[in-house]
Amino acid sequence: MNGDFAQLEAQARRVRAHAIRLATNGGCFLGASLSCADLLVYLYDRVLRVSPQRLDDPTRDYLFLSKGHDVPALYGTFVERGYLPAARLRNHLAVTDHLYWHPNRAIPGVEFHSGSLGHLLSVSMGVALDAQLTGGPSRAFVIVGDGELNEGSVWEAALVASAKKLDNLVLIVDRNGFQANVATETLIPLEPLGEKLGAFGFSVVEVDGHDFGELERAFAELPRRAGRPTAVIARTKRNKGLPSLEGKSERWFVDLAPQEVEMLLAELNGAPQANLTSEPLVVR
Amino acid sequence: MSASPTYQSVLLELAERDPRLLVMTAENRAAIRELPAKLGSRFIDVGICEQTMVGMAAGLALRGRVPVVHALATFLTLRAYEFIRTDVGIAGLPVKFVGAVPGFLSDGNGPTHQAIDDISVMRTIPGMQIICPADDRELCACLPEVLASPGPAYLRYNATPSRLAHTPYQLGRAEVLSEGTDLAVLTAGFLTAKVADACDILRGQEVDATLLNLRTLAPIDEDAICAAALACPVLVTVEDHLLVGGLYQLVAEILVRHRISVPVVPLGLPGRWFRPGRLNEVLEHEGFTPARLAARLHRAFETKGAVDA
Repeated sequence: MNGDFAQLEAQARRVRAHAIRLATNGGCFLGASLSCADLLVYLYDRVLRVSPQRLDDPTRDYLFLSKGHDVPALYGTFVERGYLPAARLRNHLAVTDHLYWHPNRAIPGVEFHSGSLGHLLSVSMGVALDAQLTGGPSRAFVIVGDGELNEGSVWEAALVASAKKLDNLVLIVDRNGFQANVATETLIPLEPLGEKLGAFGFSVVEVDGHDFGELERAFAELPRRAGRPTAVIARTKRNKGLPSLEGKSERWFVDLAPQEVEMLLAELNGAPQANLTSEPLVVR
Repeated sequence: MSASPTYQSVLLELAERDPRLLVMTAENRAAIRELPAKLGSRFIDVGICEQTMVGMAAGLALRGRVPVVHALATFLTLRAYEFIRTDVGIAGLPVKFVGAVPGFLSDGNGPTHQAIDDISVMRTIPGMQIICPADDRELCACLPEVLASPGPAYLRYNATPSRLAHTPYQLGRAEVLSEGTDLAVLTAGFLTAKVADACDILRGQEVDATLLNLRTLAPIDEDAICAAALACPVLVTVEDHLLVGGLYQLVAEILVRHRISVPVVPLGLPGRWFRPGRLNEVLEHEGFTPARLAARLHRAFETKGAVDA
């Protein structure tokens, strides 16, 4: 065990702050970004063999963000890890840059674009398969949303991942419990999700996606079982880190007034809960 | 393998020379059945999972591979369309899509299998090449250039033998199969040989047609099309595709852009699926045998496109 999680917690708080600052002047999908911030920080700090200096290194690990709209957390992580200067985030939604609501691989560190759900499990499998064919050490990690698991293409790809014995593939479910506007279990229930993925041939582990100790356990030894892809179901909370918004279905995409950004940044750092007055947005 | 090259013998030869090439299929092995034994792990069958195949091909291409992916044309271009557009198209990756039994070649399968809208959807993807070989020899001849080109391509697989004597293959350049000034006939793919026979019949009736085998629809040989339109009083497009989004509309767009005014008679499928059956009977029923085509072309010549052919 490496118990030094204070550094990770501080890093994750800064990543959340970057994401909150993007949630104005056009807004962003804040809820999903905050649910996967701890995951991204843990993966980039402790698991992924990648760095800004080796973005073209074919032996690196690959991380794919399949749901895509959680990309503010990735941008924040990239700033913290030296892929992007913080000042560049000020270009968010400027047509002269490539920072918008979904990832674009013109941004250093973004391995592939996404935004249409259900695509990057299969794309990451192509990378994993090539690493196996060439005998390379690369591993492919792909973060999917739980709402994204409605897409048939995820399950089709899961069948093939198992058939091809892609044990250098790690599927991570950001299990924040929400589709876009509705709780997953009230619309299209996924449970028992671990059993489903297990039945598809994955070696499955379920953890608290905000507990670095549990994440350490989940990723300690990969592959978890030789010849099988790994699935990590990370139980998370939408808008984690902001108690006033945590788990609120109506605060998925937000476009905040500037003073609300300041209130949420203060709340992130321990101030009393913010009281947002901006209109909740229903995006789809 | 036999002495004369086949699709799979050429593909194998290219794969042996270029370690980047991978052959993938969504359990459609008709054209590549000898390759599993020859290519080993570079032959990847994902089962009946067209979307997953295309997504994986994008991932493999990200790693520097050139995947040549196979499925029935309609399932590849329609079932997996969004994966082609989004994963391969947006990234401009060199994935080569090979669609089997396009157009009339689906013969007895019925409308579910009729790829007669494949060109229409594939041509909307920026940078997508669309290759329509006229016969087995052109299919083999196009492969080196198609696989070597840096972007995505859609190959309308056609390994039908023909009597045509081809000029050397050049991607994006039309082939002039006959020259005449009475009418110009533009076609590509499987129907090319039928149209060539029809033009021979017309010649016996003292009607001389220019016949262009376009060979690729993207890129398309605008110069050859404009030259034919300026030399002849009427154009006829012949295609085993819906009139929406296919050769007829491509030609019409080019003529409008170049401000060339000429009657264009479309021979294709006007807003309906064709009647399934044995291939020759399908062609007879739909009016695409050499004799039926000759009659329709003659009518186009006589009326200068004033009435339907």
